[in-house]
Amino acid sequence: MKKIYGSAKEALDGVLFDGMLIAAGGFGLCGIPELLIDGIVAAGTKDLTVASNNAGVDDFGLGKLLATRQIKKMLSSYVGENAEFMRQYLSGELELEFNPQGTLAERMRAGGAGIPGFYTKTGVGTVIAEGKEVKTFDGQDYILERGIFADISIVKAWKADATGNAVFRKTARNFNPPAAMCGRICIMEVEEIVPTGSLDPDTIHLPGIYVHRLIQGQHEKRIEQRTVRQRETA
Amino acid sequence: MPWDRNQMAARAAKELRDGMYVNLGIGIPTLVSNYIPEGITVTLQSENGMLGMGPFPYEGEEDADLINAGKQTITELPHTAYFDSATSFGMIRGGKIAMAILGAMEVSETGDLANWMIPGKLVKGMGGAMDLVAGVGRVVVVMDHANKHGESKVLKSCTLPLTGTGVVDLIITNMGVLEVVPGGLKLLELADGVTEAELRAATEATLV
Repeated sequence: MKKIYGSAKEALDGVLFDGMLIAAGGFGLCGIPELLIDGIVAAGTKDLTVASNNAGVDDFGLGKLLATRQIKKMLSSYVGENAEFMRQYLSGELELEFNPQGTLAERMRAGGAGIPGFYTKTGVGTVIAEGKEVKTFDGQDYILERGIFADISIVKAWKADATGNAVFRKTARNFNPPAAMCGRICIMEVEEIVPTGSLDPDTIHLPGIYVHRLIQGQHEKRIEQRTVRQRETA
Repeated sequence: MPWDRNQMAARAAKELRDGMYVNLGIGIPTLVSNYIPEGITVTLQSENGMLGMGPFPYEGEEDADLINAGKQTITELPHTAYFDSATSFGMIRGGKIAMAILGAMEVSETGDLANWMIPGKLVKGMGGAMDLVAGVGRVVVVMDHANKHGESKVLKSCTLPLTGTGVVDLIITNMGVLEVVPGGLKLLELADGVTEAELRAATEATLV
């Protein structure tokens, strides 16, 4: 089965539709599927619901899809540092469902693992618990959260072989594996497609079974907060 | 003189114990890593997916793939491990992290914490804070005693949307250290030059 596609446009062909639910990997601007986001901007798909921890910044990452008003609703844990996101939300143009970060990650993982709901103590006694079933286990309250089953996932890895076996690099792994798992179709972009057999099977982070379409390309990999320390002078 | 940001961070660092896995929040809590006491080894967790967080990189050595939960560039250490965010919050929710040191907008005398939004004004999001306070062994809050209008942030009950209820164990402010105990807050320590009367006057919560 051929998984490698020539471009984001080709890899997204036939899977996009208005009103769909997309799960996206990345944390801040780290490990985000830059090429596929650009591909969705170009495709013009509308009324998207996007599950992603953040929404990029104003001119990069998912911020581009906010600028074009292609996103109707976000499922996110953090929107600080994104002025347009906050403006659209406070003015009512954008729906936002706050999800605690760990709950969002687990909702994706659960969806990918065929689990429609799970109980967690995260958010008990807060607005997050409103409207959700509360169940007591061993004297402690937990709330019911739902697994996410996305129409597609868009994720970014460092390297993958032709079968989609993928390796991530450092903290760019973040939400990418759980996001990949929860999509009915997962489209992955990588910095390098390597020959099948060249990755040590013991070091695969995400098995290729979760990856349906694969592209390779150049990544900008923008840094959001460049922080450095001074070198000690000799 | 009340404590400054660095003195508050240094006081919070005294709560660390050898061998702990610890999560430090954004802001003053991040400074705690500069004051880890001699002879104590702690492993810092960054909830985006890393254990063994190192210092900021030297200029020219920044790596876009290596950031902390505040999206700042950082470095790795010999014992660093990386993992995905679901695994990361599994260890948080699962009680494997001994302590979280977090900032706050408001704290109540029953240990309720508010630190993620001001309705209609400031929408930041909770990030990983709700998971952290629900899961870690001990929650230490580091914050100014009053807001910029001079109103107490140490309250009988929080006015802002909560991050968690009954989750805070210790409060370190620029005026002193307060422990959450049955019936209210217990004054453990005063900042240099702060009197008990001054701290009491600046505190809305019940002091026992």
